[in-house]
Amino acid sequence: MTTVTTIAATGALKLSWLLLVFPLFGAVVLLVGGRRTNRWGHLLGVAMPVAAFVYGVVAFFSLLGDTDRSQDQHLYSWIPVADLQVNVSLLVDQLSICFVLLITGVGSLIIIYSVGYMAHDTDRRRFFGYLNLFVAAMLLLVLADNYLVLYVGWEGVGLASYLLIGFWQERPSAAVAAKKAFIVNRVGDAGLTLAIFLMFSEFGTTSFTGVFGSVRSGGSGVATALGLLLLLGACGKSAQVPLQSWLLDAMEGPTPVSALIHAATMVTAGVYLLVRSNPILAIAPDARIAIAIVGTVTLLFGGIIASAKDDIKKSLAGSTMSQIGYMFLGAGLGPAGYVFAIALLLSHGFYKAGMFLGAGSVMHGMDDEQDMRRYGGLSRYLPVTYVTFGLAYLAIIGIPPFSGFFTKDPIIGADFTEHGSGGWILGICALLGAGITAFYMTRMMLMTWYGKSRWDDNAHPHESPPVMTGPMVVLAIGSVGAGAFLIINDRLQDFLAPVVGVPPVSHGIFTVAGTVALVLALAGVAIAWLRYGRLPVPVMAPAGRFLTVAARKDLYGDAFNESILMRPGQWLTRLSVYFDNRGIDGLVNSLAALVGGTSGRVRKTENGFVRSYALSMFFGAAALVTLLLVVRL
Amino acid sequence: MSPVHYVALSVILFVIGGVGVLVRRNAIVIFMCIELMLNACNLAFVAFASMHGNLDGQVIAFFVMVVAAAEVVVGLAILMAIYRARRSASVDDANLLKY
Repeated sequence: MTTVTTIAATGALKLSWLLLVFPLFGAVVLLVGGRRTNRWGHLLGVAMPVAAFVYGVVAFFSLLGDTDRSQDQHLYSWIPVADLQVNVSLLVDQLSICFVLLITGVGSLIIIYSVGYMAHDTDRRRFFGYLNLFVAAMLLLVLADNYLVLYVGWEGVGLASYLLIGFWQERPSAAVAAKKAFIVNRVGDAGLTLAIFLMFSEFGTTSFTGVFGSVRSGGSGVATALGLLLLLGACGKSAQVPLQSWLLDAMEGPTPVSALIHAATMVTAGVYLLVRSNPILAIAPDARIAIAIVGTVTLLFGGIIASAKDDIKKSLAGSTMSQIGYMFLGAGLGPAGYVFAIALLLSHGFYKAGMFLGAGSVMHGMDDEQDMRRYGGLSRYLPVTYVTFGLAYLAIIGIPPFSGFFTKDPIIGADFTEHGSGGWILGICALLGAGITAFYMTRMMLMTWYGKSRWDDNAHPHESPPVMTGPMVVLAIGSVGAGAFLIINDRLQDFLAPVVGVPPVSHGIFTVAGTVALVLALAGVAIAWLRYGRLPVPVMAPAGRFLTVAARKDLYGDAFNESILMRPGQWLTRLSVYFDNRGIDGLVNSLAALVGGTSGRVRKTENGFVRSYALSMFFGAAALVTLLLVVRL
Repeated sequence: MSPVHYVALSVILFVIGGVGVLVRRNAIVIFMCIELMLNACNLAFVAFASMHGNLDGQVIAFFVMVVAAAEVVVGLAILMAIYRARRSASVDDANLLKY
């Protein structure tokens, strides 16, 4: 791995704070300005992320010629306390600029789409305010040059996610889903905070350069602990098992939110965190195995859920979990997988955002109907949506030459060469996942676009306005070409090499694993066609067998959390309350009652009669004298 | 008369005074009984001083007299105040300070 020197920002990158200021300005104006900005609010909300994107492109090209250095823009000293020096600085390097382009590029497209999608919502201005807040926080997350500032962005996107999931706050289900997302994320955030504490106590710094410079001297024990804590944080944000339960409920938010936050960008922050921390993972092979296992479990878990859901958005959410599982698996492979994890992340940003926008377009034309069993035969009515969705579909199941083929198959292939014999298990599971992916996506295609129409007579499906189809077309182009563009000639690999290193062995584009994956994908397509294309799809869901029933209930994720975590937690609190009331308070109270009762009896002797006092004095004096005599004798 | 007789007289006077304090209710009588006890002590002091042939006991007797005089002044004043307030010199009537 080449050493990267970090230099102070020069030229256009001196203005990198503009990236944060644009969307932040939009958010502040829209949220503080209130109703006065209703008329033109969405225009400002679109203009600010687009401006950030334009600046991002400029920054990208100024970085392109200079690949062995990263540029650091110091803004101000945030916490200058004795041993703890935290600066707010923006690190513009090859990895962060990839994310900047993804966030602002895909983000701008989705925000333009929202202008049409949210046209009839009375609160559209607030929606754009929140989206701008999200873009600002996400950019801070990827541009931070130390873990503490990253954490600020990390929490900022969590807040924006909470606000946007619960955007339709009058719906109880949306409010509950927002709270659930926030609380589950807290568990993951605890891991990240502990990791930051550990960095400070071990290395005395939280900056990337400082931590990565001294992690080698800290020993592999510290590095493994850090890796596992960061994995916990990443699991929460990226909805990986065991913190996966919030993502399916998060689909209560408006569809552009699902596309931007819960598919393309925020949920991939965990992958960014792990790839960014690659020098820590480099000396923590155990943590890498844990990451790969989490990713493998989740990619099967999400795929199985996606195969059973009839709600188009929930099925896509399961698919997102599954795809991020692939990214985690890639990140868990070390240098062999980092670059492919990022490549999959970028191309997934295109095709999954395109699919969500397509689903939103269908819902827009179908009176917000989300049940795929009430779709069918829509390709005649929404031709543009159909074509863009279809291209994204070909990309995700990995048909060459679409994106997924180039970006997912290298991860599957690399499994077989990493982590010894365990890698074979990972690889076989990943191959299986490819088949499942093809199955559920084909099922979705067949149920939505083909077959007989199953909707009510009063539904009038219609194509969406150009402001919505435009972004979908652009994303479809990305779904088709992004993978080939990034992987052929090792473009992304060479670009990212200064940050994440290069894979030890090059597999080439057509591999045995890739071919097997393709065969399995075609098998998945065939099975899905046999069940949903050849036979008519019933409007009422059939009872289903064991696995289907389980998958419809999110593979009992909520039941698990409730019975293993929530109920024992409640018992524990009840026990603590009982112990506190009866034990600790009881001890103090009974002592007080004892003293009170005794004094109540003793004070009866104070009866106010002088003679009884005199008598007690005489007896006292007599007793004293007797005592003195006894002692002396 | 040996000094023992003085001491015996002193004991008798002290017991009479003590019993008076305990059994009588009239505050003035109780007061006089206390004086009787003090004087019984004085008699004992003087008797012991004469037995041991030094002046310590006699000096203490003077102190006791001074204290008794001061006590009588304060005590009688309190008694007067109580009597004016309650129209009674019985100690059992002044029993407000209790549980």
